[in-house]
Amino acid sequence: MFWSDVIVVGGGLVGTAVAYGLGQLGKNVTVLDEGDDAFRASRGNFGLIWVHGKGRGFPQYARWTRESARQWPALAARLQGETGIDVQARQAGALTLCFSEAEFEARAERLAAVRDEVGGDYPYEMLDRAALLQRLPHVGPTVIGASYSPMDGHVNPLQLLRALHTACAQQGVVLKTGHGVQRITHADGIFTAHSGGRQFRAPKLVLAAGLGNAGLAGQVGLHAPVRPIRGQLLITERCEKILDYPTGHIRQTCEGGIQIGESMEDAGFDDSTTNETLAELSRRAIASFPVIGQLNVVRVWGALRVMTPDGYPIYQESKSCPGAYVVTCHSGVTLAAAHVFRIAPWINGAAAPEELDAFTGDRFPAADPGAQTLDHHHAH
Amino acid sequence: MPTEPLFRPISAATEPFIDVEFDGRPLKVPGQGSVASALLAAGVPRFRSTPVSGAPRAPYCMMGVCFECLLEIDGVPNAQACLLQVQPGMKIRSQEGARHAA
Amino acid sequence: MQLESVDVAVVGAGPAGLAAAATAAELGLSVALLDEQAHPGGQIYRDVTRAGVDRLQVLGDDYAAGRALVERFTQSTARHVGGASVWNITRERVIHYLKDGRSQSITAGQVILCTGAMERPFPIPGWTLPGVMTAGAAQILLKSAGLAPAQPVVLAGCGPLLYLLAWQYLRAGVRIGAIVDTTQRGDYLRALRHVGGAVAGWREVRKGLGLIRRIRGAGIPFYRGATELAVEGSERAEALRFRMGATSHRVQTDLVLLHQGVVPNNQITASLRLAHRWDERQLCWVPQTDAWGRLALDGFLIAGDGRGISGGTAAALQGELAALAAAHSAARLPEPERDRAAEPLRSALRRQLHIRPFLDTLYRPKLQHRVPADEVIACRCEEVSAGELRRSVALGCTGPSQTKAFSRCGMGPCQGRLCGLTVTEVIAQARGVSPAEVGHYRIRPPIKPITLDELAAL
Repeated sequence: MFWSDVIVVGGGLVGTAVAYGLGQLGKNVTVLDEGDDAFRASRGNFGLIWVHGKGRGFPQYARWTRESARQWPALAARLQGETGIDVQARQAGALTLCFSEAEFEARAERLAAVRDEVGGDYPYEMLDRAALLQRLPHVGPTVIGASYSPMDGHVNPLQLLRALHTACAQQGVVLKTGHGVQRITHADGIFTAHSGGRQFRAPKLVLAAGLGNAGLAGQVGLHAPVRPIRGQLLITERCEKILDYPTGHIRQTCEGGIQIGESMEDAGFDDSTTNETLAELSRRAIASFPVIGQLNVVRVWGALRVMTPDGYPIYQESKSCPGAYVVTCHSGVTLAAAHVFRIAPWINGAAAPEELDAFTGDRFPAADPGAQTLDHHHAH
Repeated sequence: MPTEPLFRPISAATEPFIDVEFDGRPLKVPGQGSVASALLAAGVPRFRSTPVSGAPRAPYCMMGVCFECLLEIDGVPNAQACLLQVQPGMKIRSQEGARHAA
Repeated sequence: MQLESVDVAVVGAGPAGLAAAATAAELGLSVALLDEQAHPGGQIYRDVTRAGVDRLQVLGDDYAAGRALVERFTQSTARHVGGASVWNITRERVIHYLKDGRSQSITAGQVILCTGAMERPFPIPGWTLPGVMTAGAAQILLKSAGLAPAQPVVLAGCGPLLYLLAWQYLRAGVRIGAIVDTTQRGDYLRALRHVGGAVAGWREVRKGLGLIRRIRGAGIPFYRGATELAVEGSERAEALRFRMGATSHRVQTDLVLLHQGVVPNNQITASLRLAHRWDERQLCWVPQTDAWGRLALDGFLIAGDGRGISGGTAAALQGELAALAAAHSAARLPEPERDRAAEPLRSALRRQLHIRPFLDTLYRPKLQHRVPADEVIACRCEEVSAGELRRSVALGCTGPSQTKAFSRCGMGPCQGRLCGLTVTEVIAQARGVSPAEVGHYRIRPPIKPITLDELAAL
């Protein structure tokens, strides 16, 4: 029997951000995480802090994302100060490349709409090719323009996970690896997470188990119909710095490798890579920046995103089991700051952020999650 | 800056030496074997510096699994020198840190 | 994209691959043998057909015997595809390889993997310095370029290859500064428990003792039972330091040749997500196979050191057995004939395998040279120390995948070939569990470098 104030199920970017936030508030937290070969959506995160273009028709999400990006520098500084780890957060802006006039206009229209919906404070520019070349001189001849926003940037997602784990450990958060949770029971306001023959108890429990949330949510009166959507990524050998800004599909890491992504495939629970998709990703990358064509690919990987039917997060406290929460999204990097600075306090009993009403799991019909059609309204 | 070679031909008999260029300077190397073995026999002690810390590196396994023998060969950076046959007139440069993109 | 088709594709032109390809071709199947090198021979028989009398004299009879095998292959109808860098093999048996600057592919009814072995990593202080190489590297220099050390060289570690190299160097007139052997008295005692195997493999044992006698006879400093090996030097190797009991020794040298055995090169079998088991006697991962070398995936077989270290002669026998099995699976060789042909091969193979427990025990690499101190580099490509790995474990990483994510070990161009075993064993020791429980890296294509342009052209 193992007691704490809060149990967090899942030790990825979402779970550890929440745990870290709770630890900062003085709670005793236990994080239960699976083993080495878990699916780990966090390892498939592209590493973008991305706002512009997201949440069209869903202004709460656009605002939620924007606010998280605003708080990101504070998170990075906090983590660096506490752990000494530089998560390589660079928020000098990011771009979405457009390969045709139609694309360019659609992009402009979308951004104008989101800006309208959030009520104005939403900086971005549409760049024609000449202006684009100022920022990304290596852009390919078929790129006619781009959208640019200073709100955005990128970070090293693996170092972020490591920093969160380290900061958690330093705060006394107990992390149990190799402890996937099969079953959760509750009685008299106390939750028991059953894992590998052991029992973990707390008055509060947070489901941050990614794809595992689908099966666990119902056990505590919540609804989290998440499905896997595979993304394949490639990274090249290190090279001299050629990209000063990330784009939606390509960024140069601090180490120097060019990271390329990211497909969106319905492949069930198969995280392998396929030559066809890798070839397609390569072609798009070369069209964006022809100069990278000579670089050797040193690594490819596939990861399963945690996708709700509309692509937006679920943040909800259980009505039938108060004290149980579900926290799930597929933008674990962008929303990390929100998870630390706004979700954690809410779980700790502070007033819910006003946007949160929009993110309940109840917005999805309680039917077979496989019957949901996926709505790609979020832009990457 | 070649130093005393670490390796020499075992056969004093005619080992045809060929001319290549290393870091912009002419160098005579044994004509048989890979670029890596040729440079080792010509007194090149260090092939590259790592893109991580700048530490000096040279061939280790000679069979293409260690990736230590990376050189820029005829304009192609990060080439595995132990897997390429040396040819007369090759322009070879040490691979200093991360490569250029193109 | 050309999609050529063959009955059997063999990957690797060492003894296993040559025997497999020749046998399959002789049985009437269409065969392609793909190999990275321009000429067949693999590593053990590297460039054997191009070796002149001088070189054959130095290298010895076992090497020269490779010529017969290459000859048999060349005479067969099997096609040699040299200069082929295999970067991906799909589970549906399409082999993608780079040759002449572009990606090509071949589809096969069956694939026989003969990719052999590579040197076990030897993570000691200073092992990444210029002037530190493996005994295997030295042999390749001898075989493919006729080169030997110009200055007094130090050979360090353990295993028959180390003595063989020393003997070859003596014949070539190379000055050996010292042989620093990590084999302990206790290893001999433990190995003698397998003396049945030693007796059966008496020829091998006698050859080994003969090598050692000749080395000693040449007056070369021979240090036995050495521990705590370390290479000294700032920009390049300057000396090898070690202990003999309580005494510290230092041998000055520009060139250190390290060796503590060879291990299977598992990149392809791992990339196919095939099951591997940890072999505690050979301290490495071996793929799960049946007696013919068939892997758990339809149409895939493996032969040679890639399925467990057993030497060149055993590799050739396994290659033949795999080819027989492949021919039978392809309905070109009825079962009774297959079994009849296999019988003498199996007997010969048993004799070869009999000595393994003795050799593996005698030349077991030392723990301190497999699981190094904190400051020693474990991952050469990304310069990750053993201490960094241990810190990852302390943070909760239980295996290579999460450790890789946190420390970057295994993310470099060698794709974990040189750090994989070290990482598994360091994590195992830090956690107090067996390497089997820790697992190994997840390997994905490209197994060999391929550019974005080449990938885009698929």
